[in-house]
Amino acid sequence: MKYLYFALLLAPAAGLTADVPPQVSAQQFVDLQQGNSSFAGFRRAHAKGLCVTGEFRANGNLADYSKASLFKAGTTPFTGRLSIAGNNPTAPDLKAPVRSLALSFALSRTEQWRLAMNTPPVMAVADPHTFYQQIQAIQAGPAAIKQFFAEHPESSEFSAWAGQYQPSGSFAAETYHSINAFYLVNAGGDQHAVRWAMQPTVSVAATDLKDDDALHQEISSRIAAKPVVFDWVFTLAEPTDDETNPTKAWPASRQQINAGQIVLTGTTAQLEGDCHAINFDPLVLPSGITATADPILRARSAAYAESYRRRAKEQLHGALEGSNNE
Amino acid sequence: MSNSDRFSLSMRLFHWGMAALVVSMLAAGLLMITSLQPWQLTLLTAHKAFGVIAIILVMARLINRLRHRLPPLPGDLSAAQQWGAKASHWLLYGLLFAMPLSGYLMQYFAGRPIELFGWFRLPAALQVDIHNYALFRELHGWLAIALIGVIALHVGAALHHHFVRKDNVLKSML
Repeated sequence: MKYLYFALLLAPAAGLTADVPPQVSAQQFVDLQQGNSSFAGFRRAHAKGLCVTGEFRANGNLADYSKASLFKAGTTPFTGRLSIAGNNPTAPDLKAPVRSLALSFALSRTEQWRLAMNTPPVMAVADPHTFYQQIQAIQAGPAAIKQFFAEHPESSEFSAWAGQYQPSGSFAAETYHSINAFYLVNAGGDQHAVRWAMQPTVSVAATDLKDDDALHQEISSRIAAKPVVFDWVFTLAEPTDDETNPTKAWPASRQQINAGQIVLTGTTAQLEGDCHAINFDPLVLPSGITATADPILRARSAAYAESYRRRAKEQLHGALEGSNNE
Repeated sequence: MSNSDRFSLSMRLFHWGMAALVVSMLAAGLLMITSLQPWQLTLLTAHKAFGVIAIILVMARLINRLRHRLPPLPGDLSAAQQWGAKASHWLLYGLLFAMPLSGYLMQYFAGRPIELFGWFRLPAALQVDIHNYALFRELHGWLAIALIGVIALHVGAALHHHFVRKDNVLKSML
């Protein structure tokens, strides 16, 4: 009987700990991402990629929603990076579950914008501490990740997306999502919650190439032949949408605004290009864009900074000397 | 205690105001580089903005100090102790300059403009320089550790004057 009382007393506490994951630090997070074999001088996540250059051709449609200068009709150059998920800078391209596009707009000395976008439209989890557990499960293998998704019902939209996603044969044919929501702020101070996606203008069938660098070679020769174009499409939230929850997509009926075209015109190996030096922290924002309270978004600066600090320090100590960047 | 034994009111205000600011900045800095909590971004933004305030304050404070006479050190201090007191104070001034300056330069070379409470922004490099970022990022960290050490020495010395030597050194700053 005594044990029963004891068990009843503990039951709520046990329930509570199941809901609240152990809190992790930025250092623990990056330790997990880099794994046991870290590659000195390289990014701890999305280590393999290539630099791209290009320009954003704005049509002016978004200028009433955000005072950020690049949305006025006209062109703004950027430095960007296409990459695959994972900690290994020599991993096979086609094995990676996620592909990414990152952009850096140096609008002026006082206005910069970094964007980090991925192929999934939503996150599987809503906070960085549960995300840590998800990465642990991914590293533990298919059975663990299956169990993780079963124990985390908030991952249902992500799982549904992953179940139907067909990787294409090119970086040029993927849709890259902001995933997290941001606020656009216009000159009058009005604020709108938005998400955005870079939508491809070409479709490329899945490739059966076995080369480790299949996607890198494909996109380099594609861009060398002809610029690669994406439409930059913003989705505006309604008051009933939760802009702080990255696991839930907003209804398809929401207003969408095409702000213009992202045009990729050049590629460079990552250690030879300008993108290598850049920390694509999506919280580097110009006037006219602000961060929402999304806990995943808010955790990104500290985690990105830790990864950036590690590789910058390694580079200072000569980690990349002798590689093909010199 | 006569007026000449005490620091001027402006020097005392600078001292205690900056003491509160510097301790808060060190605590915020140590917290924000490890935390993944939603307030991390708010703290980071505040840390950078208050860093700009700190370098303006330390410049004003230095000018103010050079314009005022300091209360004399207790006459019975050895020459080595007198030298130590003066050297540690100039070291503190040096660190109070170097902390915000190295913080700004690491942001500058990382291409991250600093926003001041929505009023205006400080410029950053258009082209990121990871080498200089790494240099100033590590410097900022080492200077923080040095500053914590010198503050501990400073507080320890003040308490030693007050409780062991029972002189007026701590009281002259109150």
